[in-house]
Amino acid sequence: MSDIFKGVEPMVLKSKINVPYHWWAGDTASKFLVALRDGQAITGTRCVKCRKVYVPPRKSCPVCFNAETEWVDLSGEGTVVTFTVTRRQRAALQGKAPVIFALIKLDGADTAMLHRLGGVKPEDVKIGMRVKAVFAGERKARVQDIEHFTPVK
Amino acid sequence: MDKAAIIGIGMTKIEARRDDWTFADMAFEATRKALDDAGLTINDIDNVITTSNDFWDGRTISCMAVGDASGASDKNVSCVEGDGTFGAFYGLARTLSGSYGTTLVTGHSKGSQSVSSLITNAAFDPIYERTLGLDMISACALQANAYMHRTGVTAEQCAAVSVKNHGNAMKNPMQQLGMKITEKDVLKSEMISDPLRKLDCSPVSDGCCAIIIANESRAGKSKKKPVWIKGASMCADAYFLGDRDLSRAKSLTAAAKKAFSMAGIINPEKEIDVAEVYDAFGYQELMWLEAMGLCGDGEAAKLLGEGHLDIGGTMPVNPSGGLMAGHPVIAAGLYRIAEVVKQIRGEAGKYQVKKADIGLAQGVNGLCGQSHCVWILGKDR
Amino acid sequence: MAKRVAIVGTGQTFHKSHRPDVNGQELIHEAVTRALTDAQLSINDIDAIVIGNMDHFEGINYVDCWSVDGSGGTMKPIIKITTGGTTGCTIAIGGYHLVASGAFDKVLVIGWEKNSESDTSGAITTAFDPVWDRLVFAGAISGLAAEAQAYMARYGASDRDGARVSVRDRKHAMNNPHAQLRKEVSLEEVLASPMLADPIHLLDVCPRTDGACAVIMASEDSAEKITKKPDWIWGTGNRHSYAYLGDADYGRLTSMERTAKEIFKKAGIKEPRKEINVIELYQPYSFAGIIWIEDMGIVPHGKGAEYIWSGATDMGGELPINPSGGVISCNPIGATGLVRCAEAAMQVMGKAEGRQVPDVNFAVSTGFGGCWWTDMILHGAKKPN
Repeated sequence: MSDIFKGVEPMVLKSKINVPYHWWAGDTASKFLVALRDGQAITGTRCVKCRKVYVPPRKSCPVCFNAETEWVDLSGEGTVVTFTVTRRQRAALQGKAPVIFALIKLDGADTAMLHRLGGVKPEDVKIGMRVKAVFAGERKARVQDIEHFTPVK
Repeated sequence: MDKAAIIGIGMTKIEARRDDWTFADMAFEATRKALDDAGLTINDIDNVITTSNDFWDGRTISCMAVGDASGASDKNVSCVEGDGTFGAFYGLARTLSGSYGTTLVTGHSKGSQSVSSLITNAAFDPIYERTLGLDMISACALQANAYMHRTGVTAEQCAAVSVKNHGNAMKNPMQQLGMKITEKDVLKSEMISDPLRKLDCSPVSDGCCAIIIANESRAGKSKKKPVWIKGASMCADAYFLGDRDLSRAKSLTAAAKKAFSMAGIINPEKEIDVAEVYDAFGYQELMWLEAMGLCGDGEAAKLLGEGHLDIGGTMPVNPSGGLMAGHPVIAAGLYRIAEVVKQIRGEAGKYQVKKADIGLAQGVNGLCGQSHCVWILGKDR
Repeated sequence: MAKRVAIVGTGQTFHKSHRPDVNGQELIHEAVTRALTDAQLSINDIDAIVIGNMDHFEGINYVDCWSVDGSGGTMKPIIKITTGGTTGCTIAIGGYHLVASGAFDKVLVIGWEKNSESDTSGAITTAFDPVWDRLVFAGAISGLAAEAQAYMARYGASDRDGARVSVRDRKHAMNNPHAQLRKEVSLEEVLASPMLADPIHLLDVCPRTDGACAVIMASEDSAEKITKKPDWIWGTGNRHSYAYLGDADYGRLTSMERTAKEIFKKAGIKEPRKEINVIELYQPYSFAGIIWIEDMGIVPHGKGAEYIWSGATDMGGELPINPSGGVISCNPIGATGLVRCAEAAMQVMGKAEGRQVPDVNFAVSTGFGGCWWTDMILHGAKKPN
């Protein structure tokens, strides 16, 4: 069967699927993003039942599965739980490598927030390091309104 | 659950890039091989489950591309979007639900056709995380770092996984990257995202695997001795990376516990003869073994260093070469199951382990091992 | 031992064209909490989850993993099934097999879609083969129009017949608080609405909807303890042949024919028209309501239009179809097939409120999508033998 294909060069069709979309943030995420933009503040939600504080905020508690949550203001300071320095220019990477990604447990939150570290050399980053949020000058109600987290001196 | 067995397996050789193949071609080859392996024809198959992923295939309703080629044209067919072990789980359920006696399960991926970084970046939440620019490698690097920090496992110890598995793959003709390397080679390779270097990471490959599951009354119809499914279980952890303790695999521990319980296994360390686990990255082999209780917490690196996980060791892990030597995403878990079947049947040739009465296969779905599916297979009913 | 399975609870969102107040997870959560309330269960009672939507409609990979906060899936077994338009039905069938096999006692099935966020045509085009079909494909509607044309050429029907189906379904939706479009349309209005692809008018097709639906299935070990009138699953079928558009026999939905024959035979149903009491038909455009009931074996080929005009499929008729208003009144794609299943379940369970058909013994729900695929579920008030 495969003999009939001998000598036939396989053709490769280069294409790209283009499926544009936008995502409704919903009221909960909107409140969080607006607080970033207008208040330079990071907020979370606390489950009334189990008292766990979530960042990013959740409309309902994933553990208790109940929708009673209240808003909590956080200081924007926290601890690096883990990090990585992406050195290869990966297709998804926004900006030029190296980029330092980290999970940061903000003071007062029970979950860690995924973001970037900046203003620090990769070799100086340590798990357990204290960092604080640095807000961007121009803010558009996106997670990038936080420019990055930087070591607390 | 009632008893069921795997009575046929078929796999395509895992390759970096097969331009002359469409998804359907791969599915047909794997299906054909599985039927020949079992000594059955497509008419003996009662229903089909295909496993694929819309993002990886660049196709909405990705199962459409392989349905007919998997012999499903005039049969009942459904699919699962997730790793092959999950597809096989649904296939197992369909074999035992009273509607069908045999189920063909296929899983495929053509990694060569896609930009893996963008595809895995799409797994991140669009509102809170996606635009940060992570992908599977940077995410797993976060996990590797957390795991190494907690356990004290070193980069050199993780590199030993790559050395073992690439070496094992030299004995497996279906693998893509069989090669003899040393820990030094791994530690000299390009750093992609600290601490993951190029040789710590599995490639992204093309491949398709098919297995045939039969219930007890149909298991005897195949030309080979059936390999019995003693236990199968899945579990998914929380989604946001920050919601989890990335250095541990809580959901894997839960899935493994249930699978062992179904199989009547009390001491997995002693009772599992061979394991094919999801080593997308070197550190993962160590982490998953510990999470499943196949060794003590933080002990896997030591066992590896002492040769216990080698083909000739006391508990061989990934004798096939694992994913390090060839990683068709989605199909990956089915290859793990098929490789355990080979071991139990005594068909693994140069990479056959000495004792293979009970084997374990594990598959992963989602970022940093959020969701796991564990299979226990055995020689005896 | 394989178990018999019943639906013991359902929940839906109040489907709308846009739900900007919630993200996808939160939408899912609404449907799930309603289903749990309906069954009087808590999330801890759920043993596994099956979830479905069309990936490219939401732009999220590994949705089964992403959605755990909303689905209640943290530390539970979860699988995702996606089969295009038929998704809602195939996930229900997935839930059925997971319970029937004995693997799990109670399974939560969730279907959802946030269509408002995406370019549906752009996404659906990617379903088709990139080399052969994609470049000439022009969205779902043209394919459906081709089917209608083929049928009309064979049996002499017209767009007027399709319009009668639209009138029926939009009238039925008035009884359904969950439906998106709740405004009746007249025959004249349908025929006067813009022609999209001959013979399909704007008012003949489904809208784009944001919505979620959840259904809870339980084995015979607990179904009767959970609810007095469970909806027993008598049969399921998934027929997904044809990978290329040119493979189909236009004007005849072969997959429907085959799956209906198989299911009815197994259940011992010899005269579906007499024995089935209500059908929730996945009918993405009105004309399908004529063709597919013939393929299902309700009426002989060529007699569909006549049957519809007789009023037999209206509420109060011999065999009501789409008491919920069906897909042309509401279409959150990943959920739509599951909504059909949930609505059929509600009919059997006697929970269909203002759209209840009296004395339902057997109900049918179907799913359509992909490349002329059909999935079907037979629901029954009595426990199967």
